[in-house]
Amino acid sequence: MPIVTLLYYALVAFVSVILVVNLLKSKKWERDVLYVLVLVPFLLRLLRLK
Amino acid sequence: MTRRLLVQKILVIGLGLVLLATSGASFYSSRRLKEPVVLGPGVTTVKRLSDYFEPLRGTANDCNVYVLEGKEPGATIFVLGGSHPEEPAGRLTAWVLAENAVVETGRLIVVLSANRSATTMTRLGGAYPPDFSIPTAWGSRTFRMGDRWTNPLDQWPDPEVYFHYPSGQQLAYVDIRNVNRTWPGRANGTLTEQTTYAFMEAIKREKVDILVDLHEAELQYPVINTIVTHQRGQDMATMVSMTLTDMEGFKIGTEFSPRTLHGLSHREVGDHSNAISLLFEAPEPFLDATRGITGREQLLSGKDEFVVKAGKHGLLFAPIDEKGWPIAVRVGRHTSALLQVAETWGEDHPDKRIVITGVPKYKEMIERGVGHYLRDPAKAPAGRVVYE
Repeated sequence: MPIVTLLYYALVAFVSVILVVNLLKSKKWERDVLYVLVLVPFLLRLLRLK
Repeated sequence: MTRRLLVQKILVIGLGLVLLATSGASFYSSRRLKEPVVLGPGVTTVKRLSDYFEPLRGTANDCNVYVLEGKEPGATIFVLGGSHPEEPAGRLTAWVLAENAVVETGRLIVVLSANRSATTMTRLGGAYPPDFSIPTAWGSRTFRMGDRWTNPLDQWPDPEVYFHYPSGQQLAYVDIRNVNRTWPGRANGTLTEQTTYAFMEAIKREKVDILVDLHEAELQYPVINTIVTHQRGQDMATMVSMTLTDMEGFKIGTEFSPRTLHGLSHREVGDHSNAISLLFEAPEPFLDATRGITGREQLLSGKDEFVVKAGKHGLLFAPIDEKGWPIAVRVGRHTSALLQVAETWGEDHPDKRIVITGVPKYKEMIERGVGHYLRDPAKAPAGRVVYE
């Protein structure tokens, strides 16, 4: 796997962690749903499913 | 955290997990759908693309290469299906060849998934079906729908601008994952560039005389219902299109490959090898920007009322009516064009002919349907089924 691809995966992981932290911190259910919807494609990429 | 907030988090995270599991399972199974190929009586050897370029071994694009060797020596035609897997007539035509063709004189080499990685996903945001099925007398055969570009899981990220090698021409960034923009490829390039490099090695090593790259195009694209040819194939392609239009009852034109447009098979294969390169284009309304629903039925019937309406406004380069462009018509155009190329070549090279039998022509394909020419894997002799 090229180094640039590894860096991109690292970025995806970093953003995913931030999304999870924000999901846990938020108090409004609308924001929770938003964080989850945004998180799903990041996880699909990290898991190499899409 | 209050109890109410805890319940809220659990519910929302549960929703996310359901979304992740259902979509993930769908993508996973689609990417790994097994597509059987029943080796026809003419297939003498099945090689791998990595046999011609070792670094491809074990990658997503290490596709099968089917060799149909004739009893008598002659010319070699290399047929590429699946350069753009979302153009299914190309892959299906190659399938029909692998399962039915018999070569009496010369040699036919067939690839069903030139960009195998691109068969494992569909165009992002396009709402295309992940697969489609062709009905047969014994059941049905299911194929991956595929995309135009290499799956980003196999090659990622894309550059801001794609500089084609070796010309240096600037092309659209996404086309660095397009097999028909990376010819002649390079050994130390991206997966897609390595794929075309491997094909070039195969073309040179197998001393290929004619390369035929099978495609489909949207009706709003001017290069449609035609044979695009390298300048060394102009006479032959023109004769083939004239003969087909006159004898087989469908119109097909000839386009000459622009000398300064790089990366395409009809340009680079002719420039970088001794092979004459031809590219066939059949119509696929399913790809048009003005299309309606992108379902399995529309893919196979080629029917679309919105594309018909675009035609009434003079926006199309090919005709369409309520009958659409059924898959059998599109595949039949390709088989007839290929057989006519072999015949025309033989007339010009009587000492180096290629004679192919067992392949249906246009009218036969429409009459019987594509499914008639797909064999039942359950009834295939032992060792005569491979997977794409």
